[in-house]
Amino acid sequence: MIHSLFLVNSSGDIFLEKHWKSVVSRSVCDYFFEAQERASEPENVPPVIPTPHHYLISVLRHRIYFVAVIQSEVPPLFVIEFLHRVVDTFQDYFGVCTEAAIKDNVVVVYELLEEMLDNGFPLATESNILKELIKPPTILRTVVNTITGSTNVGEQLPTGQLSVVPWRRTGVKYTNNEAYFDVVEEIDAIIDKSGSTITAEIQGVIDACVKLSGMPDLTLSFMNPRLLDDVSFHPCVRFKRWEAERILSFIPPDGNFRLLSYHVSSQNLVAIPVYVKHNITFREGSSQGRFELTLGPKQTMGKAVESVLVSSQLPRGVLNVNLNPSQGTYTFDPVTKLLSWDVGKINPQKLPSLKGSMSLQAGASKPDENPTINIQFKIQQMAISGLKVNRLDMYGEKYKPFKGIKYMTKAGKVPEGRRDEAALP
Amino acid sequence: VFSIKSYSALNLYSCSLKNEDLKEMLESNKESLKLEAMKRIVGLIAKGKNASELFPAVVKNVASKNIELKKLVYVYLVRYAEEQQDLALLSISTFQRALKDPNQLIRASALRVLSSIRVPIIVPIMMLAIKEAATDLSPYVRKTAAHAIQKLYSLDPEQKEHLIEVIDKLLKDKSTLVAGSVVMAFEEVCPDRIDLIHKNYRKLCNLLVDVEEWGQVVIITMLTRYARTQFLSPWREDALFDENSEKAFYDSDVEKEKADSKPYMMDPDHRLLLRNTKPLLQSRNTAVVMAVAQLYWHLAPKQEVSIVTKSLVRLLRSHREVQYIVLQNIATMSIQRKGMFEPFLKSFYVRSTDATHIKTLKLEILTNLATEANISTILREFQTYVKSQDKQFAATTIQAIGRCATNISEITDTCLNGLVLLLSNRDETVVAECVVVIKKLLQTQPSQHSDIIKHMAKLLDNITVPMARASILWLIGEYCERVPKIAPDVLRKVAKSFTSEEDIVKLQTLNLAAKLYLTNSKQTKLLTQYILNLGKYDQNYDIRDRTRFLRQLIVPNEKSGALSKYAKRILLASKPAPVLESAFKDRDRFQLGTLSHTLNAKASGYLELSDWPTVAPDQSVRNVEVMEPQSLERQPSTRGSDLFAYHLLVLLCSDSDDAKEKKRPKPKLDSVSSHSKASSSSDNTASSGSESEEDTDSDSEPEQKKKKKLSSKPQVRQILSFNCGCKMCLCVTAFQVSSPVFVPPKSHELLHRMSGKGLAVSYHFPRQPCAYSHRMVSVQLTLTNGRDQPLEDICVGEAGPPGIAIHRFATIERLQPEASITVSMGIDFNDSTQAANFQLCTKTDQFSVSIQPAVGELLMPVTMTEQDFLKEQGQLTGMNESSVTITIAPDSMSSQPVGRKVVSVANMGVVPSSQNSIHRFAAKTVSSGSLVLSSVVLQEASTAKLVVNTEKTVLGSVLLRELKTALSQG
Repeated sequence: MIHSLFLVNSSGDIFLEKHWKSVVSRSVCDYFFEAQERASEPENVPPVIPTPHHYLISVLRHRIYFVAVIQSEVPPLFVIEFLHRVVDTFQDYFGVCTEAAIKDNVVVVYELLEEMLDNGFPLATESNILKELIKPPTILRTVVNTITGSTNVGEQLPTGQLSVVPWRRTGVKYTNNEAYFDVVEEIDAIIDKSGSTITAEIQGVIDACVKLSGMPDLTLSFMNPRLLDDVSFHPCVRFKRWEAERILSFIPPDGNFRLLSYHVSSQNLVAIPVYVKHNITFREGSSQGRFELTLGPKQTMGKAVESVLVSSQLPRGVLNVNLNPSQGTYTFDPVTKLLSWDVGKINPQKLPSLKGSMSLQAGASKPDENPTINIQFKIQQMAISGLKVNRLDMYGEKYKPFKGIKYMTKAGKVPEGRRDEAALP
Repeated sequence: VFSIKSYSALNLYSCSLKNEDLKEMLESNKESLKLEAMKRIVGLIAKGKNASELFPAVVKNVASKNIELKKLVYVYLVRYAEEQQDLALLSISTFQRALKDPNQLIRASALRVLSSIRVPIIVPIMMLAIKEAATDLSPYVRKTAAHAIQKLYSLDPEQKEHLIEVIDKLLKDKSTLVAGSVVMAFEEVCPDRIDLIHKNYRKLCNLLVDVEEWGQVVIITMLTRYARTQFLSPWREDALFDENSEKAFYDSDVEKEKADSKPYMMDPDHRLLLRNTKPLLQSRNTAVVMAVAQLYWHLAPKQEVSIVTKSLVRLLRSHREVQYIVLQNIATMSIQRKGMFEPFLKSFYVRSTDATHIKTLKLEILTNLATEANISTILREFQTYVKSQDKQFAATTIQAIGRCATNISEITDTCLNGLVLLLSNRDETVVAECVVVIKKLLQTQPSQHSDIIKHMAKLLDNITVPMARASILWLIGEYCERVPKIAPDVLRKVAKSFTSEEDIVKLQTLNLAAKLYLTNSKQTKLLTQYILNLGKYDQNYDIRDRTRFLRQLIVPNEKSGALSKYAKRILLASKPAPVLESAFKDRDRFQLGTLSHTLNAKASGYLELSDWPTVAPDQSVRNVEVMEPQSLERQPSTRGSDLFAYHLLVLLCSDSDDAKEKKRPKPKLDSVSSHSKASSSSDNTASSGSESEEDTDSDSEPEQKKKKKLSSKPQVRQILSFNCGCKMCLCVTAFQVSSPVFVPPKSHELLHRMSGKGLAVSYHFPRQPCAYSHRMVSVQLTLTNGRDQPLEDICVGEAGPPGIAIHRFATIERLQPEASITVSMGIDFNDSTQAANFQLCTKTDQFSVSIQPAVGELLMPVTMTEQDFLKEQGQLTGMNESSVTITIAPDSMSSQPVGRKVVSVANMGVVPSSQNSIHRFAAKTVSSGSLVLSSVVLQEASTAKLVVNTEKTVLGSVLLRELKTALSQG
C-alpha cells in the first residue's frame, strides 16, 4: 500500500526517506514541490497529488510534510490516518516531532518505521506494543547503551500483540497507582458583527493518564451522559455497555491515551464565555482609522478566563497601527497585516481593552469589510457543556488507586469570528 | 583506534565517516563498534545517500547475536539486496535457519526479511517458507506469511496459483490477527476469486469488530465489493428492511411466510454485514469510519444510510487532510441525498482559517444542499464570503451563487441583482467573476435585462480581466438587438484596442462585429471591415482562421455559396443556456472513499464496484457445511516457546487448527475475569442471536422446523467479541467447551451390505459440536454403494423413539456404484444410552437401523482448572458420586496410557493436575449440559481408585463401568 515515505521540511528539503518496497527515486517529490510552490500557504498544498506513475499523499504537521508514495488504489484516509499515527508516535517517543528530533534519533525512527509497516501494510501501530519492541530513548539509556553495547530493541514478541487487549502490556507494576482524567472542551463558534451567534459547537475529549498495576478494569460514569451527542472511543471501550447503560467500561492502556472524543449537540444552547466590544472604522479619504476593542467575561460561573489571545487579520490597506493595550502586549506584522494581542487573564473588574489608531496607505480606498477577530482562551475547572463525571470504579485489582479528574474549557481551533453585516440584498 | 565516546558525542545524522572507516568498524570484533557503524549506515540510508559499497562488510553481520545489530543489518539488506543479488544470497541460509527458531518473533522477522529481498532466484525458497509459515502455530507468524504473499506475487506473478492456495488456507484462519492481512493479500493477488470468500463471509463479518483497525478498513472495502455481487438491491420502493422484521425472520416460521409474500426480503447475510459494521462508526480511526460510511452508502437501504451522517460530520473536526477527503465524499453524497446533510448545514460554514481547498469543498457542499427553504440562510452566509480577503475564494463564492440561482428559480432575480451590485466592487477578480456568472444567468432569461446589459457595457472601460471582457462582448453581441444604440459604440471602442487584447477577447470582438454587421450593417460596416482586416494579419492562427470564416460567411460575394444566406441564422441562433453543474456530479461512479474518487479518475488497481445482480445468486454458498473430520496432521508442538504467548494463542484461536494439541494447556484466567461474571453472561445471551446462523437449506425440507444452527465457534468468539462488551472475561460458571482430544475414530456398522441390498452404512462419532443444535451429538454416516447400479434418493425416513430428536441429512440424490459418501446428522439422545431408531430409505427400499451411542460419546470436553475441578467435585458428592477400586494393567501406571484410555472411551477434557498420580477429566453432557467429572487416583500395587461425579447418576454409573473395563484391560 504505502510504497515509500519522504519527510520534507518547510524549506523544501527531503531530510529522510524510507522505502518499504523497491526504491522510488526522490525525484518523485518534484511534483510535490511544484504543488508546494503553487500554494500560497503551506496548508494549501493538496493532500493528494497524482503523478504519472505514483500518487503522493501528504500530511503537514509541525511544519514537516510527511509525503507517502502510493502506487495503486488505496483509501486515501487509510494513508492519512496512518501518517498522523506516525507523527503521534514520534511525538510520544521524542517529546516533540521536529526536524532536529527526527535527525537526532534517526536510528530509532528507522526502527519504528520498520515495525509500523510491513510491505506497506500497517503492522504494529499501538504505542505500547512499539514500546516493547523498541524502547524510547532516554539520556540514561543512551549512555548505558554506548558503554555496554546493549540495545533498545526487544527480543520477545510483545505480549499485547497476541492478546485480546493489544493496547495493554502485561506485568505492569507501579508503586503509586494513579488514574487521571482530563475533560477538555473546545468551543467553536462564529459570531456576527452584532454579537449574535451564527454557529456554536462544543467538542470535548477525555484524555487519560492511567498508571495502574496489573489488569485493572475501570468503569466511568457520567452525571449527565445525555449531553453527549456523538462519540468515538478508544478501542478499549466496550461499545455494548455504552449502548445499553451509557457507562464507559474498559481495560485501559498503560500511560497516556485519549479515551473518548465527543460532540455536544448543537441543539443545546451554547453559552459563549467571553464577549467582545469593538469599534473599527475607516474614514473615506482619510489616512487614519480608529481601532477599539474591549473584552469581557460572560457566563463563566465565577471561573477566570485565562491565556486569552486575540488575533486579527487587518485589511491590506493598513500600513501600521499605534495601539495602547490596557494589559498584555500586542504585535503587528506590517507584511502579513496580522495583529495579535496577548491579553492574559481577564479581570472582570477592569476589562482589558486595546485602543488606538491605524495608519492607512495614502490614497488607498476604504477597505470594504471589517476584519475577522479570533479569540483564544482557557477556563480551568469548568466544562462549558456542564458534563460531569459521576464516578470511577476499578475492578479486578485489589489496591486502591488514586483518582483525579480535571475540567477545562478552551477555544477551538477557530474560535470566534466576527464579521461585518451583509451588504448584499 | 576508535574511541566509542568520540562517536556517540556526535550527531549520527549529520556526522559522516568515510566508508573505509565504517568498513573497519564493521570488521572489528567489538559489538559496540559494529552497532555504531550500522547506526551510521542507517543514517546514510535515511538521508538517501548510497551505501551499497559496504554490502559485503554488512552482510557478514547478518547472523549476529545482538538483536539490534541484526535488525539494522536487515534494514540494510532489504534496501540493497536488489542491487547486490549475488552477495545477498549469502544471507539466505541464515534466514532459513531463523525460520525454525523457537521464538516466534524471530521466525516472523526472518520471514519478513527473506520475503522482502527482491531477488528472483530465491522465489522457490520464499514459496516454501510462506507455505510453512501459513501453518505455523503462532498467528503472528501466519500474519507475516499473509504479508509475504503479496511480496512474492509482486516479485514473480507466475506463482499466482500456488499463492491462491495459501490465501485460501489463510482465509479459513480464525485469528483476528491474520484476517486483515490475508484479505489484503486476496485483494492484491486474486480480487476476482469471489468464490474463496463465500465460506468465510460470515466468519469475517463476525470477526470484524475484533480485527485491528487497518485490517477492518481492508475487510470492509472487500466485503462491500462482495456484497454487490451477491445480494439483491435493497433500493426498491416495496422493500422491507427494518431490523425488527429481520430479527423475526430468524425466529419464526409464521413471520417467514408473511415475509415471503413481500416482493423483497433482505438476505440475512446482507443484514449481518450492515449490523456488524455499524458499531465501527464509533471508531477513533477515521479510515474505518469512512469505510463503514461508504459501505452503508453502497449497500444499505436508502433510509438507513443517514445513520452515517453524524459520524462523517464528526470527522470534520479531525486533521485538515482528513477533512479534505471527507468533504469530497460528502460533496458526492450531498448531490443525491440532500436530506442526509441538511440538518448539519452549519458544520459546512467556512472558517477564515480553513485552507483554500477546504473552503472550496465546503462551498460546493453548501451549494448542493441549497433548497428553497434554506437558500436565504445560505445566501446570507455567502455574502460574508464574497467579502473575504481571499479574493480567489470570493470569486469561487460568486460561482456558487450563480449555481444556486440557476437551480432555484425563485431566487434568480435576487441573485442577479446582488451580483450586479457586486459589479461595483473594487476588486477586479470579484467583478470579473460576477460578469462571467451574470452572463450565464442572463442567458437563461435575457428578455427583461437590457439595463443590466447596458450597465455591463459601461464596465468594459474599466475591466481588464480577459474572461470578463470576453463575456461582456459576447453578451452585447448576442443581445445586440436589445441594446441597438450602445452596441456599435462598444464595437468602436474595442476596435481601437483590438491589437492589445488577449486572444479570447479578440475572438469575441470578431463575433460581435459579425453579429452587428448582420443586424446593423449601416452603422458598423466599416468598423467590421477594419476589424476583419486586423484579424487577417493577427499572429494567432485561430484568429486568422476565424476572420477568414466570418468574412466568407457575412460579406456576400460571388464565391460565397449557399451558406451566407443562412449567416444570420447561424450566428444569431438561440443558444441553450449553460447548465451549471456540480463538479461532483459524476463522481459516484467511483466507490466512495477510494483514491479514484478523490482524483475523479481511475487509479491503477481500482476495483470496479459491480451493479446489483438482477437475480439473486445462490445464498447457500455461504453456508458453512458440516465440519470435515478434523485434519489428522499434527502441528509440530514444540514451537511455542514462551508459554504465556502460547496460552494467549490458545485463547485466541481455540477453535482453529492450533488448538488441537493433545495436551492443551488451560488458558490463564486473568484476575479480571472473575468479577465480571454477571455482565458476561448477560452479554452472551444478548449476542447469541446474532451469532447463530440461519439454516437456509430448510426450504428443501419444508416439513422440518427451522432450527438455529449454532456453529461451533460462538462460545469462543462471544468471549472475545467486542460486541459482548467485555473483552477479557471468560465465563466461569459455564465452563468453556474445548476441542476434543484427538482419538482415532471408531467406526460402527449401521447397515451391512448384505441386509442393505448393496447399501452399506457405517457411522462414527466425530466428537465435534453439532452444527444443528447444541443439544445434539453429531454423527457421521458413511454410505457405500456396493451394487452395480446407482442408488437414488437416499434419505432418513421415520424416526423414534419420541424422546429422541434427529436432524436428518439432506437427501442424497444419487450414489454411483462403488462410490461412497459421508454425511452428517445430529441426534439428541437426551443424555441416555437409549438407541435412536430410524429408517434409511432409498428410492425402492426401506431399512430400519439403530444407533446406540456409547456413553462416552454423550459428552463434550470442557476445560477447567484444578481448583475449579475440586470445587465442583465437592458439590457433587453423596449419591452423585460413584467410585470403584480397580486393578490396573501394569503398563497403564504411567500417566500417558491412563489419559489415552479414558479419552478413547469418553469424550472428556484433561484437567491439568499438580500430582503425577492423580488424573482428572472433565466434560459435560451434550443434551442437558450437566457436568461430568472423573478422576483416577493411582495407588500402590497396580490398583487405582476410579471416581465419577455427576448429577446424572445413571449415566455416571454406566460411565464408571466402561472406564473400569477400559483401564483394567492390558
